[in-house]
Amino acid sequence: MTTVINTIGNEAHKRAPAKGSGPSPAGGQPGGLYKKREPIYPKLVHGKWRTIKWLVLIATLGVYYLLPWFRWDRGPSAPSQAVLVDFTHARFYFFFIQLWPQEVYYFTGLLVVAALAMFLVTALFGRLWCGYACPQTVWTDLFIVAERLFEGDRNARMKLDAAPWSFDKAWRKTGKHAVWLAISLATGGAWIFYFHDAPTLMKQLFVGQAPMTAYASAAILTFTTYSLAGTMREQVCTYMCPWPRIQGAMLDDHSLQVTYRVDRGEPRGAHKKGTGWEGRGDCVDCTQCVVVCPMGIDIRDGSQMECINCGLCIDACDDIMTKVGRPRGLIAFDTDAAVLAREEGRKPDYKFIRPRTLYYGVTLAVVSGIMLYGLLTRSPLALDVIRDRNPTFVRLSDGDIRNGYTLKLMNRSNAPATYRISFSGVDGARLKAVGAPMEGDSIDVALGPDGQRSLQVFVTAPAPQDERHSTPALFKINSPAGEAVKKTVFLSGDEGHGDEER
Amino acid sequence: MSGSRERDEHSGVETTGHEWDGIKELDNPLPRWWLWIFYATIAFSVGYWVLMPAWPGIHGYTHGMLGNSARATVAQDLKDLATQRGAAGAALKTASLQQIEADPKLQSYALSVGQSVFADNCAPCHGQSGTGAKGYPNLRDDVWLWGGKLEDIQHTITVGVRSGDPDQRFSQMPAFGRDGMLQPAQVNDLTEYVTALSHRTADAAAVARAAPVFAQQCAACHGADGKGNQAFGAPNLTDADWLYGADRVSIHDQIWNGHGGVMPAWGHRFDPATIKALAVYIHVKSGGGQ
Repeated sequence: MTTVINTIGNEAHKRAPAKGSGPSPAGGQPGGLYKKREPIYPKLVHGKWRTIKWLVLIATLGVYYLLPWFRWDRGPSAPSQAVLVDFTHARFYFFFIQLWPQEVYYFTGLLVVAALAMFLVTALFGRLWCGYACPQTVWTDLFIVAERLFEGDRNARMKLDAAPWSFDKAWRKTGKHAVWLAISLATGGAWIFYFHDAPTLMKQLFVGQAPMTAYASAAILTFTTYSLAGTMREQVCTYMCPWPRIQGAMLDDHSLQVTYRVDRGEPRGAHKKGTGWEGRGDCVDCTQCVVVCPMGIDIRDGSQMECINCGLCIDACDDIMTKVGRPRGLIAFDTDAAVLAREEGRKPDYKFIRPRTLYYGVTLAVVSGIMLYGLLTRSPLALDVIRDRNPTFVRLSDGDIRNGYTLKLMNRSNAPATYRISFSGVDGARLKAVGAPMEGDSIDVALGPDGQRSLQVFVTAPAPQDERHSTPALFKINSPAGEAVKKTVFLSGDEGHGDEER
Repeated sequence: MSGSRERDEHSGVETTGHEWDGIKELDNPLPRWWLWIFYATIAFSVGYWVLMPAWPGIHGYTHGMLGNSARATVAQDLKDLATQRGAAGAALKTASLQQIEADPKLQSYALSVGQSVFADNCAPCHGQSGTGAKGYPNLRDDVWLWGGKLEDIQHTITVGVRSGDPDQRFSQMPAFGRDGMLQPAQVNDLTEYVTALSHRTADAAAVARAAPVFAQQCAACHGADGKGNQAFGAPNLTDADWLYGADRVSIHDQIWNGHGGVMPAWGHRFDPATIKALAVYIHVKSGGGQ
């Protein structure tokens, strides 16, 4: 800790200019800018909320690690992986859904839905996401399990850290870090399976034939998992994550949050067995709520930014309350309004339907509805029409006008299909495409399953007699699976104009 | 100053002796991070000398321990490119022009190759989109001086026009007026005749006077009916397309001076596969000429 910043006015400078080693005055005292982390040793707790947390942990991690291994038959044209982000072929597969790059708006929609759902849940129940489902929370929890396995629970860990280095300490620490790294590697490894056929990639990984990006991604994810869940933990939530700050804006007095019921607990103090409870609160100041907290906070100080609403302090407190023979729920999911009401001797009422929750709920329903409608009515065939802009039109030797269009045809289904392209809106228009068979006044294009083709189509028509230079027109494709229509225009110029130049 | 340097009383740092408007410059050292990066660049450059080609000498240059060579890198890049293009690139060599055009995948590959080659080599004369200019044929319409079939286009690209290549396309429009082959009045009459050929109103008397002249002087190339002949690169005079202008002044100028353009023979520059791709590109973009 030397040479941080030459801060003018720092007392250290005046007392000790140039400390021999270098010309620069040793600037800044250790910890001048940052508070050193106080190690947190969360104690293992049992109870309702802890059980829910275990179940969520198993469910989320299970989904994460196993999902890429689910198979889904898509015929020979596509990989049979249920969830796959296929960058090479620019496709996204999710069970029965197959998305093309043109449909990224579904992802935008999904993000909006996710955000709204989070707003709603937060407004109703506080930071449930943070306490239960956030990857940072889940992996940290898992890492603490490994930590406990090697170093024991809170007291043992504290003792071990304070003890001088010994063989016992060394192997415990090494073992812990080895398991952490193994979990991290599995995490980073699982990530890349989402981007490639999992069984194939698994083989390639072990024989060293996987793409460099796969190894690099796995390495990066391994490193971030290890450092975030292993060494940084609650600091991520407190200092790095923007959500706590944003989530605060969704909370109000009626949001259910982990709450120390001051009205019941105070005045707190140690309680001797056999003495009465009159004239004092139920809190026996055992600090069990503090020692189990993974964020290292004291919930009795009131609701605070660091609290992730995980409810472990509730389990710890309930346990103690049972032991001292008082009703459970001194710390519970409760609202600020309810605490205030009881303090004032009123009966608390819980308002779940409030303007805020109503707004979030309705918006969520609307956006989800639009998404669902879009997905259900999604056509397997798609057509894009791009007009030639240079030249906008060509005058042919017989005076007719010809326009060029690039048609992009997409077959988003698993079956081959023949699309019939027709053009309407211009009198006497004739279609032509190089390399595609003509059928009367339409063109037939065969597309394989999951196929696309871009086709140069020319439309020739007699020069219009009136002054009109831009005629609205329509491209239509028909197939057994339905039809798609795209509006366009047919352009023509002044009589004789253009010829003079050539 | 007098011997010992002045010290700033607030920070305890020596001053440099520079002073502007009463503000003295402190002699603070360079930031440590800056110095380390500086040292690192020095170390890097030493390593670079040793590993990479660096120093010129009398009989050559130092090659460096890695044996790196820009020429070898380019050769490798070209090899990699061929591998990358793989099947499509190989098929372009073997497939016929018609096969390339009929296969959607191959056609789209040829179009992308053709587009970039066209933009780099053909666009200066024929325009970015191939629409040409006065004296430079429009490649997007259905008018072809030397034929618009795939093979015709391929041949024209390969041998060029008046390019000096032994197999060149060659045509010549004589300068009837300038070289005194025809009288000025005859050129005027012919101008009316050609105007009439393209279905426009013209002086009937002049047309009648010019008819025998046309039959004698022009019909050999442009045909008795004026419809041209692609074997000689003689333009059709009856359609709406005019390479050197459609108005009377332009037509007169062309009969008097007899302009003719030049196109390089690209067979010396491009491999056959590239020329095939270019021919397909031009053919498709022109709407598949005949």
